[in-house]
Amino acid sequence: MKKAFIALIPLTVFLILIVLLFVNLSTHNEVLPSPLIGKKIPAFEHPTLYSNKTLNQDDFKGEPWLLNVFGSWCPSCQYEHPLVTALANSGRIKVIGLNWKDEAEDADRWLKRWGDPYHEILVDFEGDTAINLGVYGAPETFLIDADGTIVYKISGVLTQKNIQQELLPLIDQLSDREVSL
Amino acid sequence: MIKYITLLFVLFSMPLMAIEVYDFENREQEALYQQLAKELRCLVCQNQNLADSDAGLAKDLKDQVAEFVIAGQNADTIKQYMVDRYGDFVTYDPPMNASTVFLWFSPLVVFLIGGLILFLNIRKKHHE
Repeated sequence: MKKAFIALIPLTVFLILIVLLFVNLSTHNEVLPSPLIGKKIPAFEHPTLYSNKTLNQDDFKGEPWLLNVFGSWCPSCQYEHPLVTALANSGRIKVIGLNWKDEAEDADRWLKRWGDPYHEILVDFEGDTAINLGVYGAPETFLIDADGTIVYKISGVLTQKNIQQELLPLIDQLSDREVSL
Repeated sequence: MIKYITLLFVLFSMPLMAIEVYDFENREQEALYQQLAKELRCLVCQNQNLADSDAGLAKDLKDQVAEFVIAGQNADTIKQYMVDRYGDFVTYDPPMNASTVFLWFSPLVVFLIGGLILFLNIRKKHHE
């Protein structure tokens, strides 16, 4: 009896492992926590795509804003684009685009085709600011407060769900804080 | 004959030529770069290191690493630069903290269980 019990141990361990791996398969995601949350947005200086300006991080101080990293080469950006557009048109937050490693003509064609909801579009051709922001895949969206502190980051596409449940409550909080100041 | 041998050499040297070329000042710099490219993870294809990855971002990060190496930065500074931006995940050398305790100590736990089983078995054999 005892022998039989001991003989079952390896099988039990094996089954437990299978269960653990199976659970991991459905819960695992490749989204990495950003170490930049709560920190100031790294310094940058980029030309804009359309307005013929050069803007840096201080030009956006004074009100909260969203930084949406996108590229015309990125199919998921096109997928989330209607939601970015809706958010920008709602007037609840200023939406800035960071055109990541993109050719100006391609970006222009893409924006003409799918619409340009952005307040300004920064051109990060070399990808320096993307690296400083810890961007590892487009699209990524950063919520930045009026002082230039990164409040939140969404890696991957914006969805109705993460906009409603994650972004909008934070945006409301930031706007309230501004009003009370 | 010599022609064919030369051709053979050229053909077999192709894979070597695929390595990115940076203007390192000396062998130490090149070795440091190679070491870092192996120790840093590609964020796009997360089970590859930078050295093995052909992803666009991996290329950018390798360029950045090479730039720092040529500028004379040491390994710790360069790794810290990556960790500050991408988090602990970017290195294959996770620091010990609350979320990695299990990772660090699970081998020890398994080792102790094995030792215990071994000890009990030997003692039993001894008694028989």
